[in-house]
Amino acid sequence: MNAADTAFILVCAALVMFMTPGLALFYGGLVRSKNVLSTIMHSFMLLGVATLVWVFAGYSLSFGTDHGGLIGGLDYLFLNGVGVEPGPAATIPHALFMIFQCMFAVITPALISGAFAERIKFSAMAVFSVLWVLVVYAPMCHWVWGGGWMAQMGALDFAGGAVVHMSSAAAALAAATVLGRRRGYGKMAFVPHNLPMTVLGAGILWFGWFGFNAGSALAANGSAVMAFVTTHIAAASAAVSWVVVEWFHSGKPTTLGAASGAVAGLVAITPAAGFVSPMAACVIGLIGGIVCFGGILLKNVFKYDDALDVVGIHGIGGSWGALATGIWASEQYGGVNGLLHGAPGQLWIQFLSVAATWLFCYLVSLFLFKAIDLVMGLRVDADAEQAGLDVSEHNETAYTG
Amino acid sequence: MKKLEIIIRPFKLDEVKMALTDLDIKGMTVTEVKGFGRQRGHKEVYRGAEYQVDFMPKVKIEVVVDDALVKQVLDAVTKAARTGKVGDGKVFILPVEDVYRIRTGEMGPDAI
Repeated sequence: MNAADTAFILVCAALVMFMTPGLALFYGGLVRSKNVLSTIMHSFMLLGVATLVWVFAGYSLSFGTDHGGLIGGLDYLFLNGVGVEPGPAATIPHALFMIFQCMFAVITPALISGAFAERIKFSAMAVFSVLWVLVVYAPMCHWVWGGGWMAQMGALDFAGGAVVHMSSAAAALAAATVLGRRRGYGKMAFVPHNLPMTVLGAGILWFGWFGFNAGSALAANGSAVMAFVTTHIAAASAAVSWVVVEWFHSGKPTTLGAASGAVAGLVAITPAAGFVSPMAACVIGLIGGIVCFGGILLKNVFKYDDALDVVGIHGIGGSWGALATGIWASEQYGGVNGLLHGAPGQLWIQFLSVAATWLFCYLVSLFLFKAIDLVMGLRVDADAEQAGLDVSEHNETAYTG
Repeated sequence: MKKLEIIIRPFKLDEVKMALTDLDIKGMTVTEVKGFGRQRGHKEVYRGAEYQVDFMPKVKIEVVVDDALVKQVLDAVTKAARTGKVGDGKVFILPVEDVYRIRTGEMGPDAI
């Protein structure tokens, strides 16, 4: 046990918790004013729902005794035996490790909500989130961080490129596939109703991400410091590259572009944070901003309505970051070498983990959405969608008077 | 009596209000409105997707004045609100049958 590590991870857990309301604002500003509360609710309510799922069973399935590299056991059900003695992390209390991980299990399903915004039933979204944390998030988390097969294979994911970003993006793609497009898509303008809110949300995300990435070192050590440094550099780089690219592409530098670019950079560096040098982080961020800008244009080509670009930013950014980890990882930082440091095999391992994550998370999420659609219906009816989800699903209006 | 519906650029509201109060006009009603005329709208781009925004924000001022004052009002509005570019706005002039002041019960021009 180490007091400095404990103090540091306590603060990091709080920082990661703050990302979810930050995400609520980031997404909330991007929808039309009649859907802002429902969109905020999709994130905020998961602080409640996903936390309960996590402490009842999710944590145990993720970090319980390994069964065949596939899933954790039931030893920690209802936090049985999770106390102040060290657990998976040697120098901090088990309960602290559990609650730090809990914040990840909250924000990951919240990320998906960008894809089904403005048209899903709240009840369906809640049921989906409960099931998804149990059958998609917990296995992914176990495979990568709980000693499962991806960890055994040697796949590197410092803070959740696969567990958090690719998994939520694959689910987002499934959501867009099953739900279909919003009414009027392609005919009406879907214009963000409050970009200052979105930029504030992006700022909170950037702030919280220091806890997310640096805290993933699970100790107050050099690895945490380097992760903090690479995180900030990558976010800065991607904000710049996104704005420059859109300036050429669409004629003007936009605030939404700066905010989106920063988030894209944060996503891209997440799997790599503790494994690469600061200058590698700069390159990962610069390219991350560009490929994610390309990513958001994909939906216009393929005509799926991923309303708030979860696939474009978290899917493309997360995949790029995972591959980039295999390219730039350096023994000097995280103890493992990648392609540029003489270990091309690491890139292949990274590629396998990317492909497996997309395939598994997309297929299971697709099945969940279809099953829920069959049992209770996923989508609000036309009148409710027209009126907006705030009033139809929650009996509230965001802006009155 | 005439009612003037004066539609102007939003940032010209203060200047037009001052010009009208200088003519001793004692009241007006102001509404934020949207619409388009020859100016049409403008283009907005969000994450690479372009949208044509047709309705431009404008301000509508409604005042009721004696017939004799109409010309002066139009001159004052022109002086205050004109930029010379498309989109300066319009004034609609309508006849008013009568006016009633709720507090005193006065009717006609006295009630303006």
